[in-house]
Amino acid sequence: MAQIQTQDPGGKKGSKKRRAKKHPAEIDMTPMVDLMCLLITFFMLTTAFAKAKVMVITMPEKDQKQDEKTAPKISAERTLNILLSGNDEVYYYNGQATPDKQMPQLIKSDFSKDGIRKMLLDRNRELFTKIYEYRDKRIKGEIIVPDTTFENTIKQMKFDDKQGPIVLIKADTAARYKDIVNIIDEMAICNIASYAIVDIGQVESMMIQGVRAGTPLTTYPKIQVREK
Amino acid sequence: MPKIKPPVKTPRIDMTPMVDLFSLLLIFFVLTASFRPTEAAMIDSPNSVSEKQAPDFNLMTIFIDKEGKVFFNVDNGQDSTTKFREQILRKMAERYEMTFTEDEYDLFGRLSSFGMPLKDLKGWINAENSEERDKLNVGIPYDSTDNQLGYWILYSRIVNPRAEVAIKGDADANYMDVKKIMDMLQDNKVNKFNLITTQQVDEVTLDDIPPEK
Repeated sequence: MAQIQTQDPGGKKGSKKRRAKKHPAEIDMTPMVDLMCLLITFFMLTTAFAKAKVMVITMPEKDQKQDEKTAPKISAERTLNILLSGNDEVYYYNGQATPDKQMPQLIKSDFSKDGIRKMLLDRNRELFTKIYEYRDKRIKGEIIVPDTTFENTIKQMKFDDKQGPIVLIKADTAARYKDIVNIIDEMAICNIASYAIVDIGQVESMMIQGVRAGTPLTTYPKIQVREK
Repeated sequence: MPKIKPPVKTPRIDMTPMVDLFSLLLIFFVLTASFRPTEAAMIDSPNSVSEKQAPDFNLMTIFIDKEGKVFFNVDNGQDSTTKFREQILRKMAERYEMTFTEDEYDLFGRLSSFGMPLKDLKGWINAENSEERDKLNVGIPYDSTDNQLGYWILYSRIVNPRAEVAIKGDADANYMDVKKIMDMLQDNKVNKFNLITTQQVDEVTLDDIPPEK
């Protein structure tokens, strides 16, 4: 698209140097520069965005030998069970559903800002505030720490936390992949210290069905034990 | 004294240095740009706030689409002379008693994600164009009767023990399918998963904490 401009043989009146005469043909580079600008912008933008973002989850190692004795014991008061069942629905209940105790109430929620997040922030108030303030201080420049120290301090805060909930995430057969990603994301947003993805129990599936049908379970249901 | 007349001439800017610089930048970006490799299926990944980037090398990616079809990709590692893909295919061919020509091994090493039973892989490697290749992408079998995906994972782990695992699942994929694959990976001693997500900014401040009851 380069254009060749032929110069006037006489040149312009005012020009004293008349350099143009030495170069009879001149290429107008403007379109080329325009195109290059465009290409550079294109490459700059695409290279920056092409990288995929990942969310890292680490699952506990599968140990065939693990039995009742070695399974970690967690306190029932701090346990928060989150049940996922597709349709963007999320259910939660506190504690544990056992035959000898009163049935915990299953509450329906969703992934909106006022849904599960509000409840998680409420439960994890102390740790969230602590981490938020620490991060805020760093952004404002009040404390200067390298990245690794910063991450380790947050890790230590999470490790030391004794107040926040221990979240057990359970998904049933209707759950979508995005539900799991969303809930793990909520854990990251709310700075939940301990959470795990575990298998859903039969009672819990029945609890969801109960809430869906409008008749929440009040007593522990009788379960037919599947024979192995 | 006669007044000095300023020359009536449109100013000319010498653009040569600018063009030089632009050319340099352009060449730099063209060479460094890593294009998104062609993917076997359209996958709409879910959103998350994570800012962590996927590793460039030593990555095996498992794609799970809406219908639970599974596609697989593994890279050649940082050094292209290692030819991990070729070695993995050799092991697979040995396991399933198939034969590929040297050219096919070589070509497979340069291709990207795929998803079909091993018997159709030959056709996929030799396909003329990407349309033909897409038709063959029907998903890798991963049920208990014919667990080819398991072997792909196993041999990828053997050939390149440093490979990390990334899972790119469709937002609407059934979790049970994903779980099955995660279990399979855990059987192969992979306990760390990189779930590929689309970044979405979501700010939460102290004001979002509901007042204490």
